[in-house]
Amino acid sequence: MNTNLKKINIYAIYLGAFILILPLIAFFINAFSFRWFYPQLVPKELSLQAWVRLKLIPKIDNRSFDNFLELWLSNPTIIKALLNSLTIGLIVTIASIIIALPAARVLGLLNFRFKKIIIFIMISPTILPPIAFVLGLNINFISLGLSGSFFGVCLVHLVPIMPYVVLTMTGIFANYNPDFEHQARTLGANKFKTFYLITLPAIAPGMVVAALFAFLVSWSQYLLTFLIGAGKIMTLPLLVFSTASSGNPALTAALSIVFIFPTILILFFASKFVTGDSSAKYGLGKL
Amino acid sequence: MSDLKISHLYKNFSGMDRPVVNNVNLNIKAGELVALLGPSGCGKTTILKMITGLFQPDSGDIILDNTSLLPIVTEKRDVVMVFQNYLLFPYMNVNENVGFALKMKGINKDKIDEKVKDMLELVKLPDIGGRKPKQLSGGQQQRVALARALISKPKLLLLDEPLSNLDAHLRDEMRELIITIQQKLKVTTIFVTHDQEEAVLLADKIALIFDGKLQSYAPPKEYYECPINERAARFFGGVNFLKSTINNLNIETEIGLIIYNQKNKNDLLDNHLLAIRPENIKISKDNIFQKNCFSGIITSIIFSGTNTRYKIKIKDTILECSVQSLGIKGISENDKVFIYLPEDKLWGMNE
Repeated sequence: MNTNLKKINIYAIYLGAFILILPLIAFFINAFSFRWFYPQLVPKELSLQAWVRLKLIPKIDNRSFDNFLELWLSNPTIIKALLNSLTIGLIVTIASIIIALPAARVLGLLNFRFKKIIIFIMISPTILPPIAFVLGLNINFISLGLSGSFFGVCLVHLVPIMPYVVLTMTGIFANYNPDFEHQARTLGANKFKTFYLITLPAIAPGMVVAALFAFLVSWSQYLLTFLIGAGKIMTLPLLVFSTASSGNPALTAALSIVFIFPTILILFFASKFVTGDSSAKYGLGKL
Repeated sequence: MSDLKISHLYKNFSGMDRPVVNNVNLNIKAGELVALLGPSGCGKTTILKMITGLFQPDSGDIILDNTSLLPIVTEKRDVVMVFQNYLLFPYMNVNENVGFALKMKGINKDKIDEKVKDMLELVKLPDIGGRKPKQLSGGQQQRVALARALISKPKLLLLDEPLSNLDAHLRDEMRELIITIQQKLKVTTIFVTHDQEEAVLLADKIALIFDGKLQSYAPPKEYYECPINERAARFFGGVNFLKSTINNLNIETEIGLIIYNQKNKNDLLDNHLLAIRPENIKISKDNIFQKNCFSGIITSIIFSGTNTRYKIKIKDTILECSVQSLGIKGISENDKVFIYLPEDKLWGMNE
């Protein structure tokens, strides 16, 4: 690649990043402004009012640590939604990894008839629009008594998550040499120790990437939570949507920041695994 | 010091048209170094994996020191295998790799460190304990893998193609090392190879395997002196074959009557082959031989340093002879020569 082309590429990346970051900047200005209307280029007045109304920050006169704690422990909707989103995300992430591990191992290491078809069926939830299957699924969930339950929401979140997790982990196993396990076994390691000492370190980087996918997909799930949760399970995306439709831009912006913040944090800490030479990245090419 | 007995071992993978291992019987004495020799895909590695317990045989038994290994799980068998590509654990340094087997046995750390040091000295790599496997050359990795395998004093050591991934000069060094260590620790060892030269140089005994079947099990010398069939002889290379039929006391061949005094004459069928190694054929310009003497024309002369090879055409058959160093003076292509086939160096085998 010549240097000019390289420069253009780099600028293109900057431009892309800028386009992605621009709405975030608007969010920040909005969230800390008070009555910012159309002709004004910048808000006239900065304020924390939106945050107060979200019950994340106490009213102006008593902002001591105890007041913060008291406010949060009084269990406002936003804290409930945040906790719901977090616990559903964590449960679904762990469950998806445990389910995907054996599937990915078989798909990555072995060749068998109809493998391509099985992979296609596995990734079909990413092709199908969620509304197409969730309405049918809803009927089943209602008859099983899972509709409106925490467990039901976790279960339905697995549908869009599994393809990502299975595919990412299949990538790891496509590059994995199971003889390492055999070697450990002949050296006296039992099955459990072999998994813990040999298999796990080898697949850990890819597993982190898969877990990340799983968590983020669950975190941003609106439609499935809305329909299967039947309004009883409040998560952050549901709160964001309902606030946005009420038409208060400052409140919506503040809520969106709360919604985006954890994902940015996760991406920041996990960037090593996503961008590094992890086997997950290379393995996919082998499929 | 452990005896290994393999009896009627049989293994079939689904989707294969013939068994991978077909009724193999082997008796390996304590302290022996045995080669499983055969072309790739003949089932050698499968036998090793069955001994370690990574595969279960369909039938047959593997008996180590009078106890069957089959009901015992891999990690309790005291049988260690060194894989072809060494498989040092990449997340551990050399010390941790070598000490792995002892750690699994729950031995305390000081004792492991001490033993690891001894083992690394044995394989002549005393100063690399802190390095990661990636930082080692192929030869060093092989030595570390050997040290890791031997540290727990296994009853049986299995090596899968131990020299095939090494450069020629490293191979000689490694071969010496394997022999030295094997004799020092007196561990019963089986190694797999497709290279007959490697097998001959290393092994006390060679088990030759074709298509999952054991062809013969004998010391290396016998494979040169009296190979049991044509395929075995061809695998070891450099043998002349003569199609022949038995005619009273003598044997009728393509090139004429041959006197033959090997013991196995009675076992030979009507149609069989006589074999002789190129270096056992004598050549002369003059007819100085008494019996088993034939005349032919030299078709080509190849000088290969340690010996000179002649191709001699007798009737319609071409025989290869080899003479040490520069060969016979005054012979060139298209000359007429006399050759002598010593009757005690001829070997008969059924087709």
